[in-house]
Parts: sequence; C-alpha cells; structure tokens
Amino acid sequence: MNPAGTSEQVRRAWAIAKKDIRIYYSKGPVLIFGIFMPVFLFLAFFMGGRQLPLAFLLSGLMGMTLFFTSTAVSPAIFPWEGQARTLERLAACPITTEAIVLGDMIASILFGIGVTAVTLLIALALGLPLLHGIVLGSAVLLAACCFSAIGMLLAVPPTNVPSNIMMLSSLLKFPLVFISGIFVPLEQMPAWGLLLAVCSPLTYFTDLVRYSFTGAHYFPVAVEIAMLALFTLVFTAAAMHLHRRTMPRRM
Amino acid sequence: MTGDTRTDCSGVRNVIEVEDLTKVFGTITAVDHVSFEVREGEIFGFLGPNGAGKTTTARMLTGVIPMDGGSVRILGHDIRREPVRAKQRFGVVPETSNAYVDLTAWQNLMLMGDLYGLDRARAQGRSHDLLETLGLYERRDQKVQGYSKGMRQRLILAMALLHEPELLFLDEPTSGLDVQSTQMILSLLRALNADGTTIFLTTHNMEEANRLCDRVGIIRSGKIVAIDAPEKLKTAIDRVHRIEVSFDREIGGDLLSGLAGITGAARTGDKWQITAENQDTAIRSLVSFSRQEGIAILTLNTLAPSLDEVFLRLTGEERS
Repeated sequence: MNPAGTSEQVRRAWAIAKKDIRIYYSKGPVLIFGIFMPVFLFLAFFMGGRQLPLAFLLSGLMGMTLFFTSTAVSPAIFPWEGQARTLERLAACPITTEAIVLGDMIASILFGIGVTAVTLLIALALGLPLLHGIVLGSAVLLAACCFSAIGMLLAVPPTNVPSNIMMLSSLLKFPLVFISGIFVPLEQMPAWGLLLAVCSPLTYFTDLVRYSFTGAHYFPVAVEIAMLALFTLVFTAAAMHLHRRTMPRRM
Repeated sequence: MTGDTRTDCSGVRNVIEVEDLTKVFGTITAVDHVSFEVREGEIFGFLGPNGAGKTTTARMLTGVIPMDGGSVRILGHDIRREPVRAKQRFGVVPETSNAYVDLTAWQNLMLMGDLYGLDRARAQGRSHDLLETLGLYERRDQKVQGYSKGMRQRLILAMALLHEPELLFLDEPTSGLDVQSTQMILSLLRALNADGTTIFLTTHNMEEANRLCDRVGIIRSGKIVAIDAPEKLKTAIDRVHRIEVSFDREIGGDLLSGLAGITGAARTGDKWQITAENQDTAIRSLVSFSRQEGIAILTLNTLAPSLDEVFLRLTGEERS
C-alpha cells in the first residue's frame, strides 16, 4: 500500500465524506434549512404576481436548491474543525489537504444532489415533463461539484469562527442568485446583467434545467456543460491550492 | 516501508533527526535552529517552560505546521517532502483531546482506521483490544461528548495507537488527569516502549519525565539548552556534589575532610553532609575509611539535584 498514492488518498477522502455526513449533514436543522430555504424563496416569487411560467420558476427552484444545499455546510466545516481542534487531528493523519478538501466536497455533493432530487420530484409531481433526463442528470452532477467547490473556496479565509465565514458566504451567495437568471429570465436582462450572468456558474445550470424541462435555452447546451466543467475544475483546483496554504494557520 | 535512516555511533538507528529547525511568528523566533536526534526504542522527554517552543517543535515534527528553516526526518522520511509516508508510521496524542465529540468512541476509531488505510477487520480487532486495555470498551457506543477528560485522553491514545505506529508523539498526555487515567496511560506507555515503540514525550511533569525517559531535551526560548539522560543531567549541573552519610558512632569532622575526594564535611543532626568534587572517589574513600576504622555506615545518600532543580537552573538562567 502506498499511502500517498492517488487511489489510497481518494479512499481516505471518502472516509472524510462519511464523517462529514454523519456529523454535519445528518442533522435536522441542516436538512430543514436545505429544503425550506429555496422553497420559501420560490414561493415569494411565485406569489409575487409576476406571472412567470411554472417551468421557469421550477428551474430556478432546482437551481437555488442545489446551489444553497451544496454551499450550506461546506464553508463552515474547516472553521468548525479548527475550533474543535479536530483539524489538527486530521493534519497529523496520513491524508493530504487535497484529500480533506475532496472529502468535504463529496459530502456536500451528495447532500446537494439528495435534496435536489426532492425538488425534482416536486417538479414532476406538478406535471412538468422531463424532456432531457441525461442532460439534467449531467448538469446536476456537474453543478453539484461546482457549487461544492465554491463552498470550499468560501472556507479558505483562515478563521476558526464559523459565523464570520457564514456571513461572507451569504454576502457572495445571494447576489449570485440574483444575477443568474433565476428570477429574471436571461432574455429580459439588460446587457450589463448578461455580462454578470455569464460569470456565474449558476446561470448555466439554471438554463440547463430549463432546457431539460421545456427544451428552451439561452446558451448552447454544449457550451453550458463545458462552462460548468471549467468552473468546477478551476474552483476545485483553487480550493485545494488555497486550503493547503491556509490550513496551517488554523492550528 | 522503511525510509533511509542514519545510525549513531553505537549502531542504534535514529528515528527522529532534527537539524536547524526554525519557526518564526512575526518578529518572534519561537524555535531557533534546534537540532537533536531521537534513537530507536527510547523514550525521549522534551521539557521546557510555557512558551519555550515545545509544542511548536512537536507540531513541526508531526507535520501539522510548516517549518521556516531546517529539516526534520521521521523514520527516514523528510516531513516536508514525504509527509504522508512519515505520518503513516507515527501516532500523535495532542495535549487537548481532539476526538470527534459527535461520534462514538467506536466511530472515532473506525474513522482513524479508514484514514490510516487499515482494512475493516484489522481496525475492528485493534479497536476492541485497545478499548479493552484502556477501560473504554463498555462505553464504546457512547458519544464522546459524554466522556470525562480522562476517558477522552485514553480514547485519543487508542486512536493514535490503532495502526500500531513505530513512533508515538505525546504532548502532555497526563496533564490534568485523575490518578487512575494517569497510571493507565503511563503503564501503557511503558509496555509500548518495552515492545519497541519509540516515544517522544512533551511534558511539564518532571517526575513523569524522570521516571519514564531515557533521555530528555530541555528547550528555553526556542533553543535547546541540554540533552542527556536525566541522571547525567542531575549530576552534571552541580560541580560540587553532596553526600549524606551517618555512622554507628561519633567521628571527628577533620577525619572525614582529610579523605581523598572530599572537600568538606559538615555535621547536620546525626549525619554528616559531605561535599566532594568527584562523587565516585568520595564514596570509595568513605567505604575504605569505615572498613579501616571498623565503623559501620548506617546510611549513605547522594544528594543529587532533582530534575526539577536541573530544569529550573537551565531554564531560569536567562531571568537570573
């Protein structure tokens, strides 16, 4: 066994993911937040009298659900573990920082996909036809990876006070929702709005979900998938690199 | 899985090799070009007052924080270049318990098993044995948040030993613990050492260091001020040695002062306190004298300074 080998480190990352799910995700308040937060936002817009089609709103709901759930807990794990000194335990174990980050991402991905599956069931129950299941599946998987990486990037500042990170996280997450074509269709956005929208991975995911249910889309599907993959790679690499630099400062 | 390790002049392998280890926090040099070796199979005590750099050194040795200069080789692996391979072969018991309090003792141990790449059967077998040895087996399915400090400390020792490491780092392992937990941990450490595990022990407890350690290193203001066996340190610190002796009858002080190796003799109650430059010569002279004069020696004690005194002397010089 080569403990530093990739396969062994991936196995250890899976151990981190199992630990995260058991400790941080399988808690009532976390699950309730993950499900209710997007539902309430959706209801606020649904009842807002803007007469947007249900398919558009449900695409937005799926986008928000995946985005909020995948980034709900992961930013706080490093600060929590730094505070509880369990991060020092992990730092002394034969596991790389990259594998710890990957483990945290895996837990976040599974949580995001699990809760989003509930939203998908709601959409199907409301009679929305699923036209492109494979595209939707690929988009959910890629976006879950991408948003989890964003969650890990939010955890980079080396503070062990979770509330600081959560505040920073909210400051970045909410504006992203408003520029990503969730509440205002991309077609109705002004030029400056579109310029912002193309910088958000949530834009591509929401548009892919809309395509999966209605067949309509703003950007070409292949471009959207490629953009999500690119964002995922860049954010994951950045999160791993930056955590390797900042983790010792949490000890 | 063995690294390239060097041996000392007696042929014993060095499991820790530290050269010019340095750590700077802002304008403060917390660890200042520290160099030492720890030999295979020994218990090495690392002593120093608060803020001297003990824990910082231990954290650099275990790869928890990066060093700013120097090199550390653990079991032949450079901790900077091969951190995972080095960490695979040692265990760490920090001062503050860092088990996951939301998990049970068993779940904590299984997590460690996964992180060290142990197969499930081996992890379960080892966990069972360690929890039995440390008196935690009955409470294995209880969440750690319900554990006392002593139980938590015993659990993190079990977590550090799960993969049967060749080297164990302990930072104040018995600090603030009850007598039962302290004794349990110390006896386990002795047993581990007897089985060949090398132990690096950071401690404030001089009595513990004195009883456990083969050698101790004393650090002050980030610099090593002494490294040796506790007894050698005690005798080396005083150039003039003291011996307390009593005989079965009265003797003149001038007779004792005239003996070889003895520089002075003072009466204290029914005993004589002898000062000598060479302890060995003085004791031999006293024994010869008693034999020649037909006087029985009732008691004979060497009054070496305690490790506490050595520690205070070496770490207090800067202030005096």
